[in-house]
Amino acid sequence: MRNEGGIWRTLSIPGVVWLVLFVVVPAYAVVAVAMGQIDSLLQPVPQWNPIDWNVGFVKEAFTSVLPGGTYWPATRNTIVFVAVTVVLCFAIGYPVAYYVARKAGRSKGLLLLLIFLPFWVSYLMRMLAWIGLLAPDGYVNVVLGWFGIGHTEWLSGNPYSVIAALTYGYIPYFILPVYAGLDRIDQRLLEASRDLGASAARTFLRVTLPLSWPSILAGSVLIVLPMFGDYYTNDLISGSPHTNMLGNSVNLLVQGGSQKNLGAALVLVLMTILAIGMLYYLWETRRQQEKLAS
Amino acid sequence: MSRLIDPWGRPRWLRLTTWAYIAWSLVPVLAAIVFSFNDGRSRSVWQGFSTRWWWGDPNLSVFHDPIYTNALVHSLELAALDMLIATPLGFLLAIGLSRWRGRGSGSANFLMLVPLTTPELAMAVSLLLVFTQLTIIPFTWVALGTTAQVIGQVTFSVSYVVVIVRSRLASLGPEYEEAARDLGASARQSLQHVLLPLLLPAAFASTLIVFALSIDDFVVTQYMSAGGETVTIPMLLYANARGAATTPALNAVATIMVIVTLVGVGGAYLVLRWFGHRSGEAGGEAAGQMGMDLTGME
Repeated sequence: MRNEGGIWRTLSIPGVVWLVLFVVVPAYAVVAVAMGQIDSLLQPVPQWNPIDWNVGFVKEAFTSVLPGGTYWPATRNTIVFVAVTVVLCFAIGYPVAYYVARKAGRSKGLLLLLIFLPFWVSYLMRMLAWIGLLAPDGYVNVVLGWFGIGHTEWLSGNPYSVIAALTYGYIPYFILPVYAGLDRIDQRLLEASRDLGASAARTFLRVTLPLSWPSILAGSVLIVLPMFGDYYTNDLISGSPHTNMLGNSVNLLVQGGSQKNLGAALVLVLMTILAIGMLYYLWETRRQQEKLAS
Repeated sequence: MSRLIDPWGRPRWLRLTTWAYIAWSLVPVLAAIVFSFNDGRSRSVWQGFSTRWWWGDPNLSVFHDPIYTNALVHSLELAALDMLIATPLGFLLAIGLSRWRGRGSGSANFLMLVPLTTPELAMAVSLLLVFTQLTIIPFTWVALGTTAQVIGQVTFSVSYVVVIVRSRLASLGPEYEEAARDLGASARQSLQHVLLPLLLPAAFASTLIVFALSIDDFVVTQYMSAGGETVTIPMLLYANARGAATTPALNAVATIMVIVTLVGVGGAYLVLRWFGHRSGEAGGEAAGQMGMDLTGME
């Protein structure tokens, strides 16, 4: 009999070849440029052979993101902005996801549609919307003026605007997995908790919240990953180097300046940080699964 | 009182929070759309209704200014090419990966997930470096510009197609294929006559999703661009959103993009629902599932 399993591998080949060519090889190119040299015209000379790798730029990149380094302000901004955004996404997004998943009743379909809508409005369009509203003569300042709050410059290096914009931009991606997680919780578990005498609040804290913890983690990963590569939110909402994040530093080095080596090395630093985060996430989800299994 | 009667009551503050969230998430976008009909040049102060930025102004309106029309045409061109390449590539990969067991299949599965779990900036930088620094074939064939933009978009689109098609495969289960095999069909015949027709709606839906992903993409498209000919609508938004000279025509072009995306996604939803009804599935569930798939979850 012919080996029929081969047909499945054959079907996969075009896609796998594509991914090797345009994901694996480019990833290696980043390493080669980060570990390469620089010529007299300040252009990068990639080093494709691992034996001749030059770790100078990578070392420089790693020290530059630590306190005292050139990119420490960007690192600090990234950590603070991302952390505050995740907390805000949880504070706003969790109640919304909870209501839609478990309490919405007949309006669930409509609410789902409305919550999915922002996914399909381009991120940049959503930022454009706020640029109009936060302009010096925009409606945010007009409304605040009614309450006697004076004219505020929202769009020139204001870190609060950047955090608000990040929250606005990424919160749909947080709500979605949390909604899915809460929607999956078996109603009988909650009933059991109530039957055993727990109050509504206690049931929520001891049953619902722990059961939705994996989806909260998933939602956080989903928004943290892209935020580490975000330069456009800052460029559009702030435009000032004071609020630069690591994504801005990479973008300026690679696209703007003549320091592609350092930019590539900084990408490696970013990916290392994210890889550590992903490992923690995988470890934590496995731990959760084991806890549920036992 | 109601809490005593109904232990599963709905706290009013949760409902308020939810509706406040929805208003917060949608009203700014609606405001930006409304401003495309502003009578003046301002994008932040309302000066009366007009359609001058849509078609009224013979030079500066969205359908007359070549900056906007070129970007619109180029965005659509990239989306069409992305659909044409990413859909078949991802479709075959999804079927292959779902059945392929053995050496290499694990790495292939992992590879497929990489574009979904990497910040787009890292992908963009890596593609830029490979096309500008690597001097071996086939990378020397690719210059920055339309070709590189299509390659970049296809690379992240493929993973979405795989996720959508595979979730459809999972919901179908192995029964149809097993029945075909029991009746004497070869692997190839059951693929061709049973699996492919069943997967057609997922293929069609993923085509529309790829379209939406391509139209909305910014980072990779910007990194792969080369000059004015290759500017897309999101790139225009990025470059001009803060410009003092920018007119509400920018809001108009952004509005066009929103409409085009929503038509594509709405179409995908209806297709899945229609096929869902035909094969007796709960349409809402299939479509809800789609919502999950589209964002790369699950």
